[in-house]
Amino acid sequence: MTVYIIRRLLQIVPVLLGVSAAVFFMVRAIPGDPAQILLGQNATHAQVVRLRHEMGLDQPLVVQYVDFLKNAARGNLGNSIVTGRPVTVELAARFPATLELTLFAMVIAVAIGVPVGVIAAVRQYSLLDKITSVFALTGISMPIFWLAMILIVIFGVKLDVLPFPGRLSAGESIPQVTGLVLVDSLLAGDFGAFRDGFLHLLMPAAALATIPLGTIMRMTRSSMLEVLGEDYVRTARAKGLMPWRVVFKHALKNAMLPTITVIGLQVGLLMGGAIITETIFSWPGVGQIAYESVYRRDYAMIQGVVLYGATLFVLVNLVVDVLYAILDPRVRY
Amino acid sequence: MRGRAEGRRTVSRRDFLKVGGTGLTGAALLGAAGCGGGKKIQGGAGGQQASGSASGKNVLVYGRGADSVSLDPINATDGESFRVTTQVFDSLLAFAPGTTDVVPWLAVEVPKPENGGRVYTFKLRKGVKFHDGTDFNADAVVFNFDRWRDTKNPYHKGGGGQSSNFAYYSSQFGGFDKKSIIEKVEAVDPYTVRFTLREPQGPFLRNIAMHQFAIASPAAIKKDVENFWQHPVGTGPFKFVSWNRGSEVDLEKNPDWWGKDYPVSKGGGGPKVAKLAIRSIPDNTSRVAALTGGQLSIADGLNPDDVPTLKKNSGLKVILRPPLDIGYLAMNLQKKPFDKREVRQAVNMAINMPKIVEAFFGSTGQQASTYIPPTVPYFDKSIKPYPYSPARAKKLLARAGLSGGFKTELWYMPIPRPYMPDGKGIAQAMQSDLKKVGINAKLVTYEWGTYLQKTSSGQHDMCLLGWTGDNGDPDNFLNVLLSSSSATPKDALNVAYYKNPKVDRLLKTGQQSIDPGVRRRVYYEAQRILHQDAPWAPIAYAKPPIGSQKAVSGYKPSPTGSEALNTVSL
Repeated sequence: MTVYIIRRLLQIVPVLLGVSAAVFFMVRAIPGDPAQILLGQNATHAQVVRLRHEMGLDQPLVVQYVDFLKNAARGNLGNSIVTGRPVTVELAARFPATLELTLFAMVIAVAIGVPVGVIAAVRQYSLLDKITSVFALTGISMPIFWLAMILIVIFGVKLDVLPFPGRLSAGESIPQVTGLVLVDSLLAGDFGAFRDGFLHLLMPAAALATIPLGTIMRMTRSSMLEVLGEDYVRTARAKGLMPWRVVFKHALKNAMLPTITVIGLQVGLLMGGAIITETIFSWPGVGQIAYESVYRRDYAMIQGVVLYGATLFVLVNLVVDVLYAILDPRVRY
Repeated sequence: MRGRAEGRRTVSRRDFLKVGGTGLTGAALLGAAGCGGGKKIQGGAGGQQASGSASGKNVLVYGRGADSVSLDPINATDGESFRVTTQVFDSLLAFAPGTTDVVPWLAVEVPKPENGGRVYTFKLRKGVKFHDGTDFNADAVVFNFDRWRDTKNPYHKGGGGQSSNFAYYSSQFGGFDKKSIIEKVEAVDPYTVRFTLREPQGPFLRNIAMHQFAIASPAAIKKDVENFWQHPVGTGPFKFVSWNRGSEVDLEKNPDWWGKDYPVSKGGGGPKVAKLAIRSIPDNTSRVAALTGGQLSIADGLNPDDVPTLKKNSGLKVILRPPLDIGYLAMNLQKKPFDKREVRQAVNMAINMPKIVEAFFGSTGQQASTYIPPTVPYFDKSIKPYPYSPARAKKLLARAGLSGGFKTELWYMPIPRPYMPDGKGIAQAMQSDLKKVGINAKLVTYEWGTYLQKTSSGQHDMCLLGWTGDNGDPDNFLNVLLSSSSATPKDALNVAYYKNPKVDRLLKTGQQSIDPGVRRRVYYEAQRILHQDAPWAPIAYAKPPIGSQKAVSGYKPSPTGSEALNTVSL
């Protein structure tokens, strides 16, 4: 097992190398000169040339890439062109917002998706099953920007029960410790801010939850159906155990294995930054900065976001595989 | 400069999805929801008291489309940075609310030019303090100008993405060191500063009034020049509290502000709110929703389409920013057949501009007649736009030997700009008008950054573009956009590539003269020549709409794009 984990960790290196090369050259293939964008409309040609030189943009691409790799190996992804702060610092500053949103959205998705999936499997072909199928399909295929907007209009404006945008109301601030509003507000003993932060989190998290919700629901249902057809379940039933007890005690544990994989992958995806949701709700996370950096041609920042996303994805995959081995004795690495 | 680089952009759903979205604007989606409007924003969500917060009272919340880039005024080029620095800093002179008239600010009077416009002596206000408690005086002014002008100055730098570029200083004052029009700045006594210029400069006092040349605390810069841009210290009506990236800049009232007894007509009085929260909400629909839901006191960067719906909402009002901008269709004179004046005039007559302005700007714009907006001095009222006349356009084309028409490309920007709310729609309307006189224009667009790069290197035939002025001087429009020196192979701002030695001479005279009579004559003549030569088809002077709660009073948007909010009360 340990050998397996080490081997997997070593595999990350070529993956990241490939990703870094791809993003490095792709970003530079986008037309639009960061120096020009930075200096604005009135800049003289001489100023632009000087800034390009300062940024090292006048070097051959291969030289730039080798420099980038040298620095990246030391954990330095360069400085953001726009803010001048190290990319790693910018990402670290944005990460908690994305983490909080992702975890909260996953909690909603799992809390609804798994039970509904189980019920749909147990009552296969019932009306309930059909309704949840339609619901899942809708959730998967609904454009998130539309849903987010509808939520805002209904709950934020018409009913006026949920606050938006951002993480806290205007003028509110709490001492930053972890960067997670819900945790920091409790640490500061500020229950007003906790409530405010929690309410701000509800709408974006609910919107974001629809992305994994349908997948989790369908996955739970199909693996549950498979398990319910297994011999040991029939044996348990034959022994006269209560049907629901059979479902939850015997079947669910095994049925959850494929669902865990799905949950893991979705966490990886969402943590890379939910670009649209974060932009609509002005949620200052990784997704929002990804969008901003493309707009402003912040090369270093785009590279940072993509590499961060790739690393995260590979690591989440690894965690899922290891969990799988722990939960399912039949799996051997 | 801000015309392109500014942050007053509105991100539409199209921008990041490339799908049609719901096809509804924010306001239409919300309907005339009467709720939330007029409600005081009490820190909490639309009227909900955020319990446990002492800050819930008297917070002015300003919503905008993008975050600031740098809070050191000299290091910023985008409008959203100035939105904040204007609150924290004061310049020696300022623009009176809602106009481009220069008024005394940190200087007690607007100085008279001496020695033929080569010397200006500023008398400074006494007893003014920076937010860090240090004194504002002549030395502070000298320190700031030396820092900007002299590349060897130890503080000629500053953190942020644009360290040490001071782009605005060199664009307004000709460059640094020996190239700088300002030769030296001296403290005559603790409250008198003398500027000596290498040559007279027509817009000099207007430049001094710009937000970019606001006076920063020398002590704070000496303490940590590399981080000053994140911790700004000025003398302005609001003090900096915190900057939460991508989300909000928080400021608080400066109770000791010098301007509280200064006349309101000149921008004094206040500050009237305890706190000022400037929030970035990139998504336009979201921003409109936040205004309607009562989460924002004021929302900037609305679409003209939002205006009628917001006006129906009894709790809200719409304010139009006076226009210091112009949107235009530029024809590239380097490309045939636009080298012929008749063809350019024909394009002007072929397009039904009044109808386009009515359809796409509505109440938020007026048709452009000449090449500078009406808020700028020496605007020639006698110039009338070309009449809409397809018949005359055809005649002109025939005279140019193009009676069969011709094929060309019309480029448009993919995102809304303050001077161009709907580039694609306007381009389509022009395309169909041009077709009627035999001009077949293919529509072309690129992502915004790319669009700027390609147009400023002259790759287009015709393109839509616009400009928002900085200092309210005609030089800041005509010289920047239509002189030969701006028609460079790369990074051109003169995207028509219009080069006319006579116009160049006139603009040079206007730039160097401080005699209003002379300036009037040359700028009038330049406008007349431009109108005849028609390198552009001018479209409109846009008045970008701003929404606010009914209860908000004392808000006067400045043509320059950012105004101090000290006069605003809830």
